[in-house]
Amino acid sequence: MQSNCPECDAVITLEDGTEVNEILVCPDCSSELEVTALEPPALAPAPMEEEDWGE
Amino acid sequence: MIRAAIVGGSGYTGGELARLLLGHPEVELAQVTSRANQGSYLYQVHPNLRRRSELKFVAPDQMERCDVLFLALPHGEAQRAIGHWAGLAEYIVDLSADFRLADAGLYAQWYGKSHAAPEWLERFVYGLPELNRSQLAGTKYAAGVGCNATAAILALLPLVAADLIEPGERIIVEVKVGSSEAGASGNSGSLHAERSGVVRTFSAFGHRHTAEVIQAFGLDNLSLTMSAVDLVRGALATAHVKLRTSVDQKALWRAYRQTAVENPFIRIVKEGRGIHRAPEPKILAGSNYADIGFEFDPASGYALAICAIDNLMKGAAGSAVQAMNLMLGLDEALGLDFPGLHPI
Repeated sequence: MQSNCPECDAVITLEDGTEVNEILVCPDCSSELEVTALEPPALAPAPMEEEDWGE
Repeated sequence: MIRAAIVGGSGYTGGELARLLLGHPEVELAQVTSRANQGSYLYQVHPNLRRRSELKFVAPDQMERCDVLFLALPHGEAQRAIGHWAGLAEYIVDLSADFRLADAGLYAQWYGKSHAAPEWLERFVYGLPELNRSQLAGTKYAAGVGCNATAAILALLPLVAADLIEPGERIIVEVKVGSSEAGASGNSGSLHAERSGVVRTFSAFGHRHTAEVIQAFGLDNLSLTMSAVDLVRGALATAHVKLRTSVDQKALWRAYRQTAVENPFIRIVKEGRGIHRAPEPKILAGSNYADIGFEFDPASGYALAICAIDNLMKGAAGSAVQAMNLMLGLDEALGLDFPGLHPI
């Protein structure tokens, strides 16, 4: 199964056994994505923890 | 083995070239010249080369025939003797600014004097493989790149290649650069007391490397602003660019992916997590990679296009060796596999 990252449009392969509500990480932009459906597969941005990452 | 030699090997770029060529699997570094250091071992000037080579610097008039000659002379010297050097080698890579601009009028405009060998300009290909890969594969003469120009060009490359920039809008590129860019000859500005901790804008407009960016893309409504920062190696370009109204985040990703797919030394750095979310030159020291990234502001339609490089590598010696690989029909990545260090 494949879907696209809603943030960067990267093609994401969902492994066998992936479940609805599972959190994936986009291999390109590293956004956390929630699996919202499986047939057909759909992904939505998952809330990401804000962090003071730089300065 | 390909016999290579370096004319003017005592500077930082010459030392970096020597390091790369000594580690290149298809190249034998035959000679390195330095008037000031003739008779000295390479490692006495470039200490990282100790036990990597027993070569000694020779005088320029002792240079013998070879296959590839790298000219790492001060700007202005190569053009005055290019006929002589071309008589010693079939292939030449000149790392100075002498043959970067294809038009003699453009050279005079940006360098303030007439070119001494304008008939040679059209024989040289600008040596940035990401721009001129196929032309480099068919030339015997390559012009090395300007480091600030390289950072600016590669920052803009995905946007230009995908035609995402709003025509006519001004492009402003800020470049922060390390001290090695100024070369191995000291001046009052390179004193530790002056340089340590520095964040100093030294060229607001009109830096000579601007001409290379204009030449690369035909974007004449563009300016580069240069600031010295407290790095030894590294250049970071941030370009402020107005995009066409149809462009969105996904279009930008597609453009950047395409550029990364087509170029083995370009990596996209745009992370949503962790501390390494954007390109930074620090981790690229000694590497030929150019890390590129972007941020997009839908409200204004502006993108910030970012590129980080090691100015002595992708911005000079690394691109020169990559160009040589292409000119000689070798794998363009040969001898350039060092990924940089972390932490550093």
